[in-house]
Amino acid sequence: MENIREQEEHKIVEEKITITIDGRDYKVPKGICVLEAAQMVNIEIPNLCYLKDINEVGTCRVCVVEIEGSRTLQAACVYPVREGLNIRTNTARVRRARKTAVKLLLSEHHRECTTCKRNLNCELQNVADNLGIRNIPFTGERKDDMFYDNNPAIERDYNKCINCRRCMAICNKIQECYVYSPLNRGLNTLISPAFKKDLNEVTCITCGQCVIACPTASLTEKEHIQEVWNAISDPDKHVVVQTAPSIQVTMGEPFGMPIGSFVAGKLVAALKRIGFDRVFATDVTADLTIMEETSELIERLLHFPEKLPLLSSCCPGWVKFAEHFYPEFLPHLSTTKSPHEMCGALSKTWYAKKYGIDPGKIVNVGIMPCTAKKYEAARPEMESDGYRNVDYILTTRELSRMIREVGLDFPNLPDEEYDEPFDQYSGAGMIFGATGGLFEAVLRTAHKLLTGEEMPVPGYEDNHVESGLKFGKVTLADKTLRIAIAHGTGNAKKALERFKNGEQKIDYMEVMACPGGCVGGGGQPILGSRDHKYISLDYRHNRADALFNIERGKKIRRSHENPRIKQIYEEFLGEPLSAISKKYLHTSYIPRGQHPYLEQEPLYKGYNEIN
Amino acid sequence: MNLQPLRTKEDLQQLRDKTYETISLRIKDTNVEKEINKYHILICAGTGCTSSQSHKVRKKFEEETRKRKLTDKVKFFKTGCFGFCKLGPIIVVHPDKTFYTKVKLENVDEIIDQHIEKGQVVEKLLYKSLKTNELQKTMNDVDFFHGQNRIALRNCGVINPEDINEYIAMDGYQALAEILTKKIAPKDIIETIKKSGLRGRGGGGFPTGKKWEIAASYEGDKKFVLCNADEGDPGAFMDRSILEGDPHSVIEAMIIAGYCINAHQGYIYVRAEYPIAVERLEIAIDQAKKAGLLGNNILDSAFNFDLDIRLGAGAFVCGEETALIKSVMGFRGEPNPRPPYPAEAGLWEQPTLNNNVETFANIPIILRKGPEWYSSIGTDDSKGTKVFALAGQITNTGLIEVPMGTTLRTIIYEIGGGISDGNELKAIQTGGPSGGCIPADLIDTEIDFKSLTDIGSMMGSGGMIVMDQSDCMIDICRFYLDFAQDESCGKCTPCRVGTKRLLEILKNISNGNGEMEDLETLEKLCHDIKDASLCGLGQTAPNPILSTLKYFRDEYIAHIKEKRCPAGVCNGLLQVVISDEKCVACGICARVCPVNAITGENKKPPFHIHQDVCIKCGACIPKCPVDAIYKR
Repeated sequence: MENIREQEEHKIVEEKITITIDGRDYKVPKGICVLEAAQMVNIEIPNLCYLKDINEVGTCRVCVVEIEGSRTLQAACVYPVREGLNIRTNTARVRRARKTAVKLLLSEHHRECTTCKRNLNCELQNVADNLGIRNIPFTGERKDDMFYDNNPAIERDYNKCINCRRCMAICNKIQECYVYSPLNRGLNTLISPAFKKDLNEVTCITCGQCVIACPTASLTEKEHIQEVWNAISDPDKHVVVQTAPSIQVTMGEPFGMPIGSFVAGKLVAALKRIGFDRVFATDVTADLTIMEETSELIERLLHFPEKLPLLSSCCPGWVKFAEHFYPEFLPHLSTTKSPHEMCGALSKTWYAKKYGIDPGKIVNVGIMPCTAKKYEAARPEMESDGYRNVDYILTTRELSRMIREVGLDFPNLPDEEYDEPFDQYSGAGMIFGATGGLFEAVLRTAHKLLTGEEMPVPGYEDNHVESGLKFGKVTLADKTLRIAIAHGTGNAKKALERFKNGEQKIDYMEVMACPGGCVGGGGQPILGSRDHKYISLDYRHNRADALFNIERGKKIRRSHENPRIKQIYEEFLGEPLSAISKKYLHTSYIPRGQHPYLEQEPLYKGYNEIN
Repeated sequence: MNLQPLRTKEDLQQLRDKTYETISLRIKDTNVEKEINKYHILICAGTGCTSSQSHKVRKKFEEETRKRKLTDKVKFFKTGCFGFCKLGPIIVVHPDKTFYTKVKLENVDEIIDQHIEKGQVVEKLLYKSLKTNELQKTMNDVDFFHGQNRIALRNCGVINPEDINEYIAMDGYQALAEILTKKIAPKDIIETIKKSGLRGRGGGGFPTGKKWEIAASYEGDKKFVLCNADEGDPGAFMDRSILEGDPHSVIEAMIIAGYCINAHQGYIYVRAEYPIAVERLEIAIDQAKKAGLLGNNILDSAFNFDLDIRLGAGAFVCGEETALIKSVMGFRGEPNPRPPYPAEAGLWEQPTLNNNVETFANIPIILRKGPEWYSSIGTDDSKGTKVFALAGQITNTGLIEVPMGTTLRTIIYEIGGGISDGNELKAIQTGGPSGGCIPADLIDTEIDFKSLTDIGSMMGSGGMIVMDQSDCMIDICRFYLDFAQDESCGKCTPCRVGTKRLLEILKNISNGNGEMEDLETLEKLCHDIKDASLCGLGQTAPNPILSTLKYFRDEYIAHIKEKRCPAGVCNGLLQVVISDEKCVACGICARVCPVNAITGENKKPPFHIHQDVCIKCGACIPKCPVDAIYKR
């Protein structure tokens, strides 16, 4: 199965109209905005609040242009083109108004660039530089608020917020969690959760899409770099690190490598040089997740059809979404832990025993494309024999900071191999990192388990396609499986609603909370630097394409063929869904309600423990 | 009230004729010689007069007449605003049209004794002309009403707004009945409105007919008519008075608008701070429904139209049409970029026609009297009349309606009775926070939409604040910018941050910390905010500054260079001091000072005010028995 792009994104508007930009006539498609039209003719109109198809609201006023016949300047990002439109993007009036807008934003912004997480990767910084702002004539009141970070994943610094509302748009429109809304008026306006609650007190699923959308450092991941350094420096600790499948194609981006570069070998090399004792591939336990989840699917399909649909559970953002909004579906969630938690559990049980290491001395660090993993690692139930499965989670952004701190020339590092016993993985485990990948991996193994035969490339009927949500049917032996693949929790919501009102039958659904799956995760590199400022959903496709392309070249493409998986079952677990499996590799869920701040939140564990 | 649903135009006509009879004594010229055996006493029940206890006066009148068994002879009615709010409570005794001002509870007996029982006018309650010192008996005699032409306010002070029959008696709903019965084509009605030259009274002055035409041209599943009654300018109450005094004129116009653009649902968005207007609207809508003028199959024409009220929470920005639409739908009131305009995609993305209260109030009479009549009033640029709320340093504060083209001089000196306390006119502020300050030497400007814009102000919704030498222009700007930055919804950068920065620069200047380059920064920032803001609030918020920089630059320079506030208003540039010669060392000032800034020894003058402690509240000034304390 190919990574099918959604049809809508391919839709080409045939009808063209003629507009004039800065005195030259151009033919552009009907229905686009002035900003897009200018982009097509190689004029990059500066902008801050604009996120194509997501946030088109015209709040920052940095993209203003002169439109003939209009009394005031108009925001290019929301002004639709029409036949004969005469636009001026480069006049003294336009340049001055743009500068003033940015100067005003800077006048209320806490300008701590040198110590800021987004230094050199900040859209506000870029725009200010591009517009040549050298002084800010305004002084006066600005926000002086504290950090809001009473949660394991995401930090909010209102002092750096420029009220662009991109976080709000992506949370409301794509994820449909409705965490953010504007509070107060005038200069006191805040884009924040209701009553300015912390994210742990609202229906935030910690997916981190708001972090990706934020043009400044107002929303950032909670950094755990120092804790990891401390563990590495401690001679008593045995620090193992695991890398998620999707980051093999994204870790090159912060170091200037093209989007989609495959850098697994360099990643391993870098981690070893940083000082981790062992470097593991989470892909291995992804194969294990597939084994367990497929077995669960087949069990339900054959024996407990009332427990269908089976909903995937490897995405902690999606799990939290279900806990908040669809508690009635919790029994349908697969009980398998996500791959990194499995790796954590095995590292402190099987691995510790096998290599004779005291599990109390093992520190498991996950490098994840995800902020929700930070949250998942802190869930109280994620323990094995009294040890936290995973101790720390770093996002790709944090890892890139560590790599820069040590001064490694990442693109020129040699390729090195993962360490035993979590070193060999199938292509199936790898494509876990993109939407549709989990489903395909499950399908490959399900076919084998049900029919006893290998299936070269399982095809399935793709009968309904819309942006971010696919429905289909697949036949395995005598069973027809009705499937759904959703990325972006808003799409999962659509699918569940259709299922609830009987419009759509579903037996198995794969959900990835982030658009594009893990390749578009909230912990992935942010393309906010000057070279990468076109933020759209496109980069997610490029990353996913890379993952699928490399997978095609893998020799082992099915989880059940992975020799390491066979080894783990033989040496430790016995068989899928065995008692040991259930003890270490399965978990449970709790309904959280839509007003968590009214209820007693279960405490976080591990580093994030709240006393 | 017992209302029968009206089925036909004839039903309406019959009801009109019947009710006209009962109110005719208010309208016809009555021969005063003839003995009067029936009185109608109209008591203003607008917000202004209600605040000065007119409702208690009315109650006492009713009790008193019951006691004296005069209930057959005298009837009392609530009525809408006369506009002369300065002299409220106002009552008018019909049929002789005696106009009584400042009627207190204790005057009730006098009026009944003398006027009702003996037929003698109570002279001490009549208005005394400032010019001639003569008593002016009827409304038409009173100077304040000379030069006024009450069209939008035609029924205010004439009918009881809580009785649909009285509106019908004044030919109300005739225009609607004519249209529905004869099935006049919408485009012909729109053509009539276009010919009348009516422009939107909410501030922008967009031609109303054209707006209707555009709204009619868009197709939609469900179209809407919206009435903007979110009057937010400080001190303005034109729309409130119309809704309180003549709600049916707005309702009738909205039904007609619905017919013209093929909408079947209307909303009136009115601020919750207008409880009386809301109550009258509720009564009016209820009565119109019972009379079959709202709802399904109006006057048997198969046309359906329903009307609901939506209450605003008082955000100024909700007067902006896209923010208003958001608020009506239940969202946070924030503007959206246009296009698309509401006429194309408004309420629930459907075509929506949005007009202001005063605009709607003009529609029925235009349709009844014809476009030629209406366009004969006013100037080439702007037709008809405009209601203004007169406030500030003017003798006759209140509500006036004058033909477009009336000069500011007429308004201030003829209608307004001149500057209070005989002071000298300094400036006139029009258009509220969106408008500008017009200097006294432009007093002969004939006001209409264009002339006001040309001189750097704007019509706005009709606020007019008169200022004299005791007003500091920097302080006035500070007030308006404080209002604008507070009311900014916070959506777009120039308005959210820019208005705050403007205010901060103004504060600096008024505190004596200004520099000359501040003026340049101020001016540039003003232009950029005007240019780049998302909605009308931001685009017009700098107008007070720009107009004062244009006409009163000297005053800014005095604040900056001389550190002096010529009007003696800006506290930051003033000191409260005790005259050494006058002080008698009684110590009262020291006792009233809230911050203990005054020290001295009793009976050993003088006392001193420590300037570093003093907060310039001025509490000590009136307490000094020998007037020794003053501001300098």
